[in-house]
Amino acid sequence: MAFRTNVGVAVKFTWFNLMPWPDLPDDFREKNRSVWVDIPSQLFDPVTANRVYNEYMDQLEYAEELGFDGIGCNEHHQNGYGIMPSPNVIAAGLARRTSKAAICVIGNSIALYNPPIRVAEEFAMLDCISGGRLVAGFPVGTPMDTNFCYGQIPALTRDKYYEGHELIMRAWAEDEPFAFDGKYNQLRYVNCWPKPIQQPHPPVYIPGGGSIETWDFCLDHDYNYSYLSFGGYLAGKKLLDGYWDQVAARDKDDSPYRAAFAQIIAVADSDAEAEALYAEHILYFFNRCLHVYPGFSDPPGYRTISTIKAGVLDQLRAENMRVFSNLTWKDLVDGGYVIAGSPDTVIDRMKEMITTLRLGHVFCLMHNGNQPDWKTRYSTKLFAEKVMPQLRNMWPEYDGDDRWWIHPLEDRVRADETMAAARRHPQLPTEAAE
Amino acid sequence: MMTGSPNGSPNGSPNGSTNGSTATSSFERIIVTTRRGIDSEVLVTGPSDGTPVVSLHGFTGHLGGEVMLVALAEQGLRVHAPVWPGYSDSVGETAIDDMLDFALHGGDVIAALGLGPSNGLAPVDLIGHSMGAMIAAEMVALAPYGYGKLALISPLGLWLNDHPITDIYTQLPFEFPGLLFHDVAVGTELLAGGGVDFNDPQAIQRFLIGNSRRLGTAGKILFPIPNRRLSKRLYRITNPTLLLWGDDDRLLPRPYADAWSTALAHAERQTIEAAGHMAPYEQPASVAAALATFLTA
Repeated sequence: MAFRTNVGVAVKFTWFNLMPWPDLPDDFREKNRSVWVDIPSQLFDPVTANRVYNEYMDQLEYAEELGFDGIGCNEHHQNGYGIMPSPNVIAAGLARRTSKAAICVIGNSIALYNPPIRVAEEFAMLDCISGGRLVAGFPVGTPMDTNFCYGQIPALTRDKYYEGHELIMRAWAEDEPFAFDGKYNQLRYVNCWPKPIQQPHPPVYIPGGGSIETWDFCLDHDYNYSYLSFGGYLAGKKLLDGYWDQVAARDKDDSPYRAAFAQIIAVADSDAEAEALYAEHILYFFNRCLHVYPGFSDPPGYRTISTIKAGVLDQLRAENMRVFSNLTWKDLVDGGYVIAGSPDTVIDRMKEMITTLRLGHVFCLMHNGNQPDWKTRYSTKLFAEKVMPQLRNMWPEYDGDDRWWIHPLEDRVRADETMAAARRHPQLPTEAAE
Repeated sequence: MMTGSPNGSPNGSPNGSTNGSTATSSFERIIVTTRRGIDSEVLVTGPSDGTPVVSLHGFTGHLGGEVMLVALAEQGLRVHAPVWPGYSDSVGETAIDDMLDFALHGGDVIAALGLGPSNGLAPVDLIGHSMGAMIAAEMVALAPYGYGKLALISPLGLWLNDHPITDIYTQLPFEFPGLLFHDVAVGTELLAGGGVDFNDPQAIQRFLIGNSRRLGTAGKILFPIPNRRLSKRLYRITNPTLLLWGDDDRLLPRPYADAWSTALAHAERQTIEAAGHMAPYEQPASVAAALATFLTA
């Protein structure tokens, strides 16, 4: 088959950090209406952020060391559970400090960039700096980010997104400057400098939260559909089933690598230790970080009529948010919101998730809430060493299908090597060389 | 093009009601097709030989009954109340992207009704409420000689940094009566009258679709801030103008009435007592009397 280009390609694991703020107070829910959009800025402390950003980026680099296939970041605004308004800033740091892992930016909310050619440029920069390791995510964006923080009109958001996507893909593909006369963007000279290494373009992932139009959009362009859920794999099955039905209806092959899913994971020596170590931090995430004012979650016009008719409810709708805020550890584990426990427990449940949802890509949410660094590393190491190897060869019939994965340069620059070599540059006077 | 059809219920409210009342049956419901090809529903009432007036509804849509418009018709006026795209059964809202589209569509509907200078007749008088007043002002600013008198009831369209308008897009359904009405109980009844059975998934879905279309369409001129720079064009309005304002408009408090009076210095201003933003529904008799006096003078 045409995609058997890289035998040995197996289920891919991307270590993801949402970058939550770790110091939301105990009474956050009682005293504030939302963790998102109008979260009080007094709760943000730049000095703490100096530590937190660096700690989180260290963790992402550590994940590469341990053999994770990708490291991931995403875009949120005015948000207490995601302090990454610009994921490209994080990705740029990771591109320099890593050399093997895919840099998964899931992604840039196209409709928010004015003009969206900026996304084509910055993603191309990331692909060049990293030597072709960029996974390019193009979310429509949540109502909180897109409409309430960045002021896009709900009923026009998707239309603007489609136009931005067209502009970016043309900007990457065209060899000559061209004029783009869009409804939202008029550019007389589109001439993307630089272009990405990966041709015709880096692998494109479309994160979705429940809009059924997104399924067709992915299939129209053969993009990966990424369901970014906090509801866990049991709840996610309904939506993924809908996606796979649509894949079949569109007569596409059912490669599991067409789909990605985000799952909260925590590994310890035993199930009891997992609860003892991680419960408070994951509950912090569900009880405080997902405390979103219902009035921000679904402005009229954001969801299309067909999505409303399909009855596929977004994970961030108000009723789901209220469920999140009252969950106990037992609820979280039993309900599949969290896969936690001993390596054996986690292997079993991951296998169930990967097979029932038909996944080729897993975004592993392994730093959660206010989890301290050592626990995050402990969980991550156990997963990499004891769990991940048992989950690789789940899809032998699609072995080698790398259509939705990076194709980096073989002889790409590795920043640690070039920096060391530069210090020993033979033309430098001896006293100037290190 | 104009086609008659049986009496029908207008669209709902932020609470999604379809509030039929006996007064609704006072209207003939017609469909006109504009030159652009948008089918538009129009409620018509009043003596066929009465002076025509066009009334443009606000972001809630017609709530049902339209007692104020009926009272106006009883004063001898021929009332035409177009339903904005997104608020009717047609899907014309896909052609409406911005304020210019709204304003031109308003003019197109009037032309399709056979009214106004494009039909060789006298300029037609305009009434607008809330979002409808914002659009009415834009229509007149664009074409001052195309319209006669202008009556604006609690118009949206200006923004004062010192008095930020409550964001209607973050309001939960139960919050609308308190925001829009002087008498919350009356508002609750008007917005929820007819009622949505929130235990019925199909009813909820119908509500969600209707609400999404109505406020989604309105969002093209109201979101995220209901200001499409109308203030730059208000100087063009020299037509006789009446400003009506509820004395307890919590959405658009008094500084907004003052700002409109400043921008339209020639306008007559009247306050409707015991009324909020939805004055035409809360005090229909007072509003109709003020409008009739102004329009027939």
